[in-house]
Amino acid sequence: MSFPLLTATAVLPAVGAVATAAVPAARRTAAKWLALAVSLGTFALAVAILVRFDPGGARYQLTESHSWIAAFGVRYELGVDGIAVALIGLTALLVPFVMLAGWHDADPLETGSRRWRPTQGFFALILALEAMVIISFEATDVFLFYIFFEAMLIPLYFLIGGFGDRAHEHGEKAASTQRSYAAVKFLLYNLVGGLIMLAAVIGLYVVAGSFSLTEIAQARANGSLHMATGVERWLFLGFFFAFAVKAPLWPLHTWLPNAMQESTAPVAVLITAVVDKVGTFAMLRFCLQLFPEASKWATPVILVLALISIIYGALLAVGQRDIKRLIAYASISHFGFIIMGIFAMTSQGQSGATLYMVNHGLSTAVLMLIAGFLISRRGSRLIADYGGVQKVAPVLAGTFLIGGLATLSLPGLAPFVSEFLVLVGTFTRYPAVGVVATFGIVLAALYTLVLYQRTMTGPVRKEVSAMPDLRVRELVVVAPLIVLLVFLGVYPKPVTDIVNPAVKQTMSDVHKTDPKPEMEAAK
Amino acid sequence: MSAVAVHSLWTTAADPISKIDAPKIEYGQLSPTLIVVGAALVGVLIEAFVPRKSRYYAQVFVSVVALCAAFAAVVALAADGYGTTRARIAAMGAIAVDGPSLFLQGTILLAALVGLFTFAERRLDPAAHGNRVDSFAAQAASVPGSDSEKAAVKAGFTTTEVFPLLLFAVAGMLVFPSANDLLTLFVALEVLSLPLYLLCALARRKRLMSQEAAVKYFLLGAFASAFTLFGIALLYGYAGSVSYATIAQVVDGNVPRLDPALANTMGNDALLLIGAAMVVMGLLFKVGAVPFHMWTPDVYQGAPTPVTGFMAAATKVAAFGALLRLLYVVLPGLRWDWRPVMWAVAIVTMLVGAIVAITQTDIKRLLAYSSIAHAGFILAGVIATSREGVSSVLFYLAAYSFVTIGAFAVVTLVRDAGGEATHLSKWAGLGRRSPLVAAVFAVFLLAFAGIPLTSGFAGKFAVFKAAAQGGAVPLVVIGVISSAIAAFFYIRVIVLMFFSEPRSEGPTVAVPSPLTTTAIGVGVAVTVVLGVAPQYFLDLANQAGVFVR
Repeated sequence: MSFPLLTATAVLPAVGAVATAAVPAARRTAAKWLALAVSLGTFALAVAILVRFDPGGARYQLTESHSWIAAFGVRYELGVDGIAVALIGLTALLVPFVMLAGWHDADPLETGSRRWRPTQGFFALILALEAMVIISFEATDVFLFYIFFEAMLIPLYFLIGGFGDRAHEHGEKAASTQRSYAAVKFLLYNLVGGLIMLAAVIGLYVVAGSFSLTEIAQARANGSLHMATGVERWLFLGFFFAFAVKAPLWPLHTWLPNAMQESTAPVAVLITAVVDKVGTFAMLRFCLQLFPEASKWATPVILVLALISIIYGALLAVGQRDIKRLIAYASISHFGFIIMGIFAMTSQGQSGATLYMVNHGLSTAVLMLIAGFLISRRGSRLIADYGGVQKVAPVLAGTFLIGGLATLSLPGLAPFVSEFLVLVGTFTRYPAVGVVATFGIVLAALYTLVLYQRTMTGPVRKEVSAMPDLRVRELVVVAPLIVLLVFLGVYPKPVTDIVNPAVKQTMSDVHKTDPKPEMEAAK
Repeated sequence: MSAVAVHSLWTTAADPISKIDAPKIEYGQLSPTLIVVGAALVGVLIEAFVPRKSRYYAQVFVSVVALCAAFAAVVALAADGYGTTRARIAAMGAIAVDGPSLFLQGTILLAALVGLFTFAERRLDPAAHGNRVDSFAAQAASVPGSDSEKAAVKAGFTTTEVFPLLLFAVAGMLVFPSANDLLTLFVALEVLSLPLYLLCALARRKRLMSQEAAVKYFLLGAFASAFTLFGIALLYGYAGSVSYATIAQVVDGNVPRLDPALANTMGNDALLLIGAAMVVMGLLFKVGAVPFHMWTPDVYQGAPTPVTGFMAAATKVAAFGALLRLLYVVLPGLRWDWRPVMWAVAIVTMLVGAIVAITQTDIKRLLAYSSIAHAGFILAGVIATSREGVSSVLFYLAAYSFVTIGAFAVVTLVRDAGGEATHLSKWAGLGRRSPLVAAVFAVFLLAFAGIPLTSGFAGKFAVFKAAAQGGAVPLVVIGVISSAIAAFFYIRVIVLMFFSEPRSEGPTVAVPSPLTTTAIGVGVAVTVVLGVAPQYFLDLANQAGVFVR
């Protein structure tokens, strides 16, 4: 038996989480270094997956399969396709940067009980979350996926509720109230979504008699498993609801702005760049594969919802006064693009959507982390409290601009490629939808540039005049991500090569082929 | 009367012994119950003869040994195949020795053992006049606040009677799920209930509330018992027998022999329906299902917390066992009549339990309503009327009982000057002050909420799966929705513990003796093991899923 690489990639951060949590209270710096080392080790394992993965090979590779709970028909089955490899890579890449960015976010302010160890908790929770996210990208057993899809709410819940920005315009008491409100809202939305999915998971088992993704998909393909139309649609809705909450899709999105606004910038990055991707990933992997007919049936409605997300998220971003809330609404708009790309049912659309997941992770990480650095310097999240920062801290302002330009999909930066692919893929099948979605890009330019203009340009405000520029640690976080954004913007082939075969498979699952170009018809 | 006549009376009185068939009792197969009853009687003798000082140690020793021995007997019986191939009806048709009986008896015994540890805890309350005291009143008979109470406290009395009372209750619980005729069922019901009524009244602190809870429990319990007894009478009139097998036969339409005295009533469906409804009602009362749940919050709140934990876990196990046997063995022929009713009861129980719990401000009342909601989830498995239904309910009960005892054991630790600090506002910021205790309680709450990787999730999944396979999909959907509602208030407590600022005059967390630590440790271990690797226990429950008829 070969080395269980996929299990190791998930187990390493899980073990690291326990070890980090066990570090004594006084040795908090050691805990930080330990956690960082574990996350780098995980990244190395993710790179190993990337190396061992053969884009032209079988659909699911590096598979592992063990009996787990036979009474429920549950197996411990792992396997990755190109989409999963890309997203595992993104997760493992971002976590070390997130840790570095949040290096001092969880230092205890006042000494509480001797055993109160917030720093250890913060880093252990990040590692635990990483482990759960990775295993949910790897699971090819619906039940196994469900378990970690739900369980990852717990560490994230404590990350949102337990750690917030130091500075708050209404004082610490109000901050803690709003934080726990945001954490509870996050948990309830996702728990309700997950429990609805639980009903569908049980229903799937009753219908199919198995939880194995590959088995069910095979049985559906060769006709040995027939689902009645109504049943398939209900099950699809149960799954899709949970993923749409997680993704999040309008009108199930309202937890995201609260959660991102109240949590620290690194946690906000984890939410939007990593955890939410599980939702869109699961739409591709589970909704389309298990319920192809129902997916096609639901496509018009989902496309309309995605369009609303794009436009509505962008419009609300334009109107925000809070930097983090603005980025949250921008993310909702971007998730609209991703979901639109998935359900356009074209290979460009789905490749674009997968690429979009990776690029959105990178660009949001840059923008959000720098916003976090900015906020920790000034002690305010309100846009109106800033002005003229670029004269005082040119590097900070410059990198922030790059992050912003990536968010508005400037050609030459990575998100442009994916957004273009999504729009092309959508346009070939649903021209009207593609046209309307384009307005989202215009609005993206508006909210990003207005944000930059109000905070960074203009006369230097008194409160920011002493603002230090990016420190070395912060540069170490930002620089590699920016390099990646530029590299993937110029040369996206490494990612698309991995992703494309998997997308072709998914397209064949739903029995869809790309529409033929219609040049002749136009003549 | 002459001496000769007296002598002949003697001889005739002695003579017929050879003519009456002596009841054939399979002592070996009944040994778990017999051991516990015997130990309870020994406990009573200890109260009478052992000096006050050493009673506590003698009682704890006898109880622990008895519960362990009884559990060993259950394991031995199961290993001999009495749970599967050799399942039989013992004691002249009164007791069934089969898979569900043995599984539930094992669960009850282990839960009782863990519960006993919390009963025996003597380090939480500050020592009174140099004597270590437990959670129970110094002298039950002394009027609260009176001089005699003060004298009793000063003398360092403790109510060591709680241990034999616990054992008697356990004995009743062991018989309850294995009762195979209606009279045995009723006797077991009373044997388990009466000691519990007493135990509820014995709190050391807040004694008036405790006594009020006991009276409420007793009055409502007596009502429920009366209903059950009336129902049993009607069923006897219908079938001419109290034996489960005979009643089941008559329900199926085969009247074995017509009793001339009952010729007018036998086979009368009105008697069957009303009688069955009344017996089931009595069982639903013990289970705490809506609309027979009114006693639950008051009794859970008023009773001494170790008793609450034991009662919430073990009574529920026993009562669901009895309910399962009644519905699956006696009334399967009546399935189409009772299923709609149980559907309604399950739906209302899940929703009322979950919704009313949201407004609670006392942790014990909150757990009471949560237990009502859980009763609803378990009922969903009962309704499945399949082998999967039985085994899922067995698994759920085992998982639930250890979470419950553990959670209530944690409640005993959080104390202020007035004893246990059960008001939720006092729990604010507990996670800052005692991260470990708060984290353990959070694990129990997550298990109650059914979060994956805890036993609560495995159990909930099992019953919902069985219900869905039995065609009760709407029930599953409502169950899932009420789980979501229930999650809200469990999460609220976690928020309170971890994200709220601690109060300056907040409660302290007492350092328990190894007894309570063991109880909590077992709770956590079972919660995690049944959540991560439930396979072995699911298999066990599945093997045990067949009733002997």
